[in-house]
Amino acid sequence: MILETLRELGQYSLSLLRAAGGMVVFLGTTVFWAFIPPFRLRQIIRRISFIGVKSTLIIILTGAFTGMALGLQLFYTLRRFGAESMLGPAIALSLLRELGPVLSALMVTGRAGSALAAEIGIMRLSEQIDALEAMAINPYRYLMVPSLIAGMIAFPLMTCIFNVVGIYGGYLVGVKMLGLGPGVYWVEMEHLVDLRDITDGLYKSVSFGVIVTWVCSYKGFFTGYGAEGVSKATTEAVVLSSVLILAWDYFLSSLMV
Amino acid sequence: MIDICDLYKSFNGQEVLRGVSLRIERGELLALIGMSGYGKSVLLKHIIGLMKPDQGQVFIDQQDICQLKGKGLEDMRTRFGFLFQGGALFDSLTVFENVAFPLREKTAMKEAEIEARVLFELEQVGMAGAENKNPAELSGGMKKRVALARALVMDPEIMLFDEPTTGLDPVTTSLIQRFIRQCHERLGFTGMIVTHEIPKIFEIVDRVALLNQGRIAEVGTPDQIRKSTRPEVAQFISGATEGPIEWQ
Repeated sequence: MILETLRELGQYSLSLLRAAGGMVVFLGTTVFWAFIPPFRLRQIIRRISFIGVKSTLIIILTGAFTGMALGLQLFYTLRRFGAESMLGPAIALSLLRELGPVLSALMVTGRAGSALAAEIGIMRLSEQIDALEAMAINPYRYLMVPSLIAGMIAFPLMTCIFNVVGIYGGYLVGVKMLGLGPGVYWVEMEHLVDLRDITDGLYKSVSFGVIVTWVCSYKGFFTGYGAEGVSKATTEAVVLSSVLILAWDYFLSSLMV
Repeated sequence: MIDICDLYKSFNGQEVLRGVSLRIERGELLALIGMSGYGKSVLLKHIIGLMKPDQGQVFIDQQDICQLKGKGLEDMRTRFGFLFQGGALFDSLTVFENVAFPLREKTAMKEAEIEARVLFELEQVGMAGAENKNPAELSGGMKKRVALARALVMDPEIMLFDEPTTGLDPVTTSLIQRFIRQCHERLGFTGMIVTHEIPKIFEIVDRVALLNQGRIAEVGTPDQIRKSTRPEVAQFISGATEGPIEWQ
């Protein structure tokens, strides 16, 4: 009984290790081919549109409501300490350093990451990836590298949009609805927010772009059979990407503090 | 030209190929017939190196494709054309872009030359005028014809057809088979057709091979296959349900 449990545990650990190893090799291969010309600019632009442009609306909506909720919560919390004037910097720092990169990455994962995994999965099932290989075209170069580069470009851009919209959302609630002076909101923000707060957030979002495109492409590339296989691959891609984003965010935050 | 030597392949412990050996001469058109799920498509994918065997070799002009990697494998594959069962057209590209794809990726041809070439190939398969359509707008037969145009656009030395006419009406089937024969005569490629179109396929191929129980049970000219006294060949051609061929 104990031996049986131990054996099952061992097998499970080995399969996890094998899967993790496979993912690392997949990323390594993609990164290797990313440095080998020709560089597929048209494909990269297509992917930026797929990952970024088509996620803009959802990012604007999420950013606006996040900023507004932050404005509302922080205003009343800060008022308890007589520190309403700190609303601007509090919102800006929360968004720039944490919420902007993380929430925008999670939203893009939900919209574009799942679509990426499903698209590549369907390409695998309908033999389109085999067709690429049969035409002597490396699928890593044609599919994975453009997605990876597009993710590294689109994610920080989405984060920037999220941050700007979020700050204006906080302004709308704090200044226009709750009566804080507009000068206080902007001036305190200017005093307390450093360039490093912005760049740290953007570094995070670049790494989230790598994580999401890597995980989602991998899950799609090695999808199971049929509709169930693609559905499972898509779900796993979104769940694993989201967990990795949060874990990696904590790790980076602890380094950047 | 193509020499398959003692090829074995299994999936999750289930043996699909159990020592397949087959030789295809240069310029020959061979039909591979056999029961569904007996590994015909798997064999085809081994020939182009999309699958690696558990054991055995596939020689293309004395070069074992199973041992090739990287640039060597890429160079070898540029000699092939492959028509996939479902067409495998790229959903995100139009019909024109699909056929132009290998030319844009693998040649230095100018756009005007590519356009002329693509339009010629599409006309050959009776798909002129469909250049701007998306694969989703095409019927099964139309997809196969576009895929055929894409597979032939690079003038391959070796053509592999995976069930080119399955699921098509008899007229389209005859048209595609006739087109394959015409292309074979025009381009002189070495070809292998996986098919269930019996006896229609006998009219266009040079030889026929029957894959049964993971091995080549019989190879011969269409006439030899028709007259074969081997029970499994006779059963397969007649479509009889009773006989040595086991249904899996």
